[in-house]
Amino acid sequence: MSAIAHADDHAHDDHGHHHKETFITKYIFSQDHKMISKQYLVTGLIMGIIGIAMSLLFRLQLAWPDHKFTAFEIFLGKFGEDGVMDPSIYLALVTIHGTIMVFFVLTAGLSGTFSNLLIPLQIGARDMASGFLNMVSYWLFFLSSVIMVISLFVEAGPASAGWTIYPPLSALPQAIGGSGTGMTLWLVSMAIFIASSLLGSLNYVVTVINLRTKGMSMTRLPLTIWAFFVTAIIGIISFPVLLSAALLLIMDRSFGTSFYLSDIFIQGEVLHNQGGSPVLFEHLFWFLGHPEVYIVLLPALGITSEIIATNARKPIFGYRAMVASILAIAFLSTIVWGHHMFISGMNPFLGSVFTFTTLLIAIPSGVKAFNYITTLWKGNLQLNPAMLFSIGLVSTFITGGLTGIILGDSTLDINVHDTYFVVAHFHLVMGISALYGLFAGVYHWFPKMYGRMMDKNLGYVHFWVTAIGAYGVFFPMHFIGMAGLPRRYYKNTEFPYFDDLADTNVLITIFALITAAAQLVFLYNFIRSMFYGKKAEQNPWNSNTLEWTTPVEHIHGNWPGEIPSVYRWPYDYSKTKDNGEYVIAGQDWVSQTIPLQEDEEELHH
Amino acid sequence: MTVLLTIIVVALVGITFWQMSKILKLSQLKNVDTSQVANDKDNDTQGKLMLGFVIFIYVLTIYCFSAYNSFFLPESASKHGVEYDQLMLISLVIIMITQIITQGLLHYFTFKYRGKSTNKALFFADNDKLEFVWTIIPVIVLSALIIYGLFTWSDIMNIDEEDGDPLIIELYAYQFDWRARYGGEDNVLGKANVRFIEGVNTLGVDVSDSYGKDDKIVNELHLPVNRKVIFKMRSQDVLHSAYMPFFRAQMNVVPGMITEFSYTPTKTTEEMRNSEFMVEKVATINDIRREKSKALIAAGDEGLETYEFDYYLLCNKICGASHYNMQMKIVVEPEEDYNAWLKEQQTFGEQMSAQASN
Repeated sequence: MSAIAHADDHAHDDHGHHHKETFITKYIFSQDHKMISKQYLVTGLIMGIIGIAMSLLFRLQLAWPDHKFTAFEIFLGKFGEDGVMDPSIYLALVTIHGTIMVFFVLTAGLSGTFSNLLIPLQIGARDMASGFLNMVSYWLFFLSSVIMVISLFVEAGPASAGWTIYPPLSALPQAIGGSGTGMTLWLVSMAIFIASSLLGSLNYVVTVINLRTKGMSMTRLPLTIWAFFVTAIIGIISFPVLLSAALLLIMDRSFGTSFYLSDIFIQGEVLHNQGGSPVLFEHLFWFLGHPEVYIVLLPALGITSEIIATNARKPIFGYRAMVASILAIAFLSTIVWGHHMFISGMNPFLGSVFTFTTLLIAIPSGVKAFNYITTLWKGNLQLNPAMLFSIGLVSTFITGGLTGIILGDSTLDINVHDTYFVVAHFHLVMGISALYGLFAGVYHWFPKMYGRMMDKNLGYVHFWVTAIGAYGVFFPMHFIGMAGLPRRYYKNTEFPYFDDLADTNVLITIFALITAAAQLVFLYNFIRSMFYGKKAEQNPWNSNTLEWTTPVEHIHGNWPGEIPSVYRWPYDYSKTKDNGEYVIAGQDWVSQTIPLQEDEEELHH
Repeated sequence: MTVLLTIIVVALVGITFWQMSKILKLSQLKNVDTSQVANDKDNDTQGKLMLGFVIFIYVLTIYCFSAYNSFFLPESASKHGVEYDQLMLISLVIIMITQIITQGLLHYFTFKYRGKSTNKALFFADNDKLEFVWTIIPVIVLSALIIYGLFTWSDIMNIDEEDGDPLIIELYAYQFDWRARYGGEDNVLGKANVRFIEGVNTLGVDVSDSYGKDDKIVNELHLPVNRKVIFKMRSQDVLHSAYMPFFRAQMNVVPGMITEFSYTPTKTTEEMRNSEFMVEKVATINDIRREKSKALIAAGDEGLETYEFDYYLLCNKICGASHYNMQMKIVVEPEEDYNAWLKEQQTFGEQMSAQASN
């Protein structure tokens, strides 16, 4: 009771917003977008720890296939008896690592966190269009995370058909143990996840369209908001397709239908299924699966645009081109899914079409990379940890993106398909890049989320070890892929031809261990700064966008008093008048809330 | 090799700790600034480190290309593979040029324009000409790559059974092995379906189809050199993928449908074994295996066998617990040797009557 009374007292100096806040409504079933964003972040980070820990386990196995590890015994239980990893649990680890990192960390953890935090704050809204739906969205995500974690503990092992869960392997428990209860839980978890993602996305779209403050036209939106907005749209278009794919799979598994199954003889028995095709599943899956890559990446690119402009003390170069390329990437992302299926047995003519659309996507991606580089040119770069991660993102985005030109070419894909070349490519271009976006966002907006600063020196250590480690892990991986080493192999010793790659696998694993250890520095910094960090100023990075005009202490409704109006775009950094002076004397930034000054030109942008 | 790698790793860890301590020291000296926002000193240090980082990327690239040079697959052993390799080379060159230039610019600008409180940034928001240039250059380069790629693709994928006298072979995949079925005298495969699987008829060949009588089912793939082969692929249970890296060939094997791939092998196993690349590669591998054997024998285990190169076919689509060891040997040999080998193999008809008489 006293806690409630206490909270009540505080509500009075809440500038007229009289809400009774109990512990439960404030921290658990909160409808406030800022709290929900923190919930997303913390849940995402916990899932991230699980996902990365799994990758370490299978990296150990790949580097030292003959060695016995106590870690396997501890973490894998009966699947790691005597320190030897079971081949099927290896596949399960790979599967769940992929699922968790792609969906739970990089979709929900990244987009969920920053869309929730920044959309209302940067467009000048009191909250999301529907606070209730927003809360439901988070709790569905939480529920799906719990189910996914529970699936790790079922008797026959968790889902182990790869994160792409291609049937028939995922449909038949006879084919692999993980396709029993483990797979059922995987599907249930993902169905709930999709519901969560849709509720979230609809909310983002409605909020961006309807709740922009006075003067905030679409062309004055920060690029973060453009990215979140377009991401939400492609999510709405593509996630339902994954849901239907999953539903049909559930029917094949449990109700004897034959959408994906045909002519199967397994465990000495012919199945009754006739007429289905696994290729259908691949089409449905990748219709989501490819846009998913951009659902993961676009928010990271949006965050980077904002951070690079702020810390370069320069406007982002080519604002309109940046918006256009986000739109182009989003559009193209929905018509390139077939490049995952060049050798799936689909008609080769389709392969030609998908090669064409896929290589087109390199054009807007290239424009983005060049625009970032030009934004740095002649800037006055403030190399905060967030800025370093943003530059790191551009670097890995280029390195990983370029190899896409090889994989997107149907001809060249033939011999590198499903090898480690692919693993290297997508980890750099979407995994590491999106993670850098997440880190950049956390370092940059931590003061806004928790009212305190993160330690910059720990941030630097975190960045440098991660940056070197990430290249150390994934750059050599291209070369073992070029040697024709298939991914998802429990060990490579059955092929003596691969014996000379073993050293490289050891090197990769060592880099992976070091890089993972560096993430502990981040976790320490994150948790410590939450409680003991230096108290933040209102606008520590001298940024133009609206979120920095709110008070440091979170209040429900974001701004005390009226919502500020907007008079200019968000990138008036280092803008000068005709006489060469800054628009506002002595400061190289002009907040969006400041009206056009005397003898200041509104430049075309 | 291992020693070198260990040294590199230890050196990198050392540099990391050195930098960490340096950073910590720097931060302790400047007790006054506790804002946690980068100051001029941070900008200076980080800017220089960024320059170091791009050098790291370059060194890593050079190291990988030189130390891992032997990882690249040898010259293609199939006809279309030559075209494939050429397209790959062109793409790689374009990619590496772009990579080196853009990474250089990105990190150099970060270094060059590292912030100082007395500096002013340039307000530079737009330049249509510049943006046009870097839109149009990728358009041209990519168009060239797309067109080149598409021609090669349609060449490879245009599988015409009427053209010449291609050998027809069925590749049959199941958890966790491969079988090959030759069309026999008539070079026509008998009909088959998993519903006919029974006893020795493990591939489900239709016994009532006369074309199937002379089919030959084997667990080793023999191919005559310089004759086009058309593979018809069938899976018994889950998805598999027939990956033949030395022939630049791969196609998924899908239950419920027949997928196809075709190529003409141009190098016999013997030729490949004796190529300069392979002799060196196999020698390296055998050195590694000898070293490993020593340790194994010391521990009371059996040593590893000496390796001799053979082409192989491997499964490259996750298919279950033993996915990592689903392979089949491929032998490419002169026509006479191939014919002699084929003659020795039992036909399907003989297999069935052998079963019946038992």
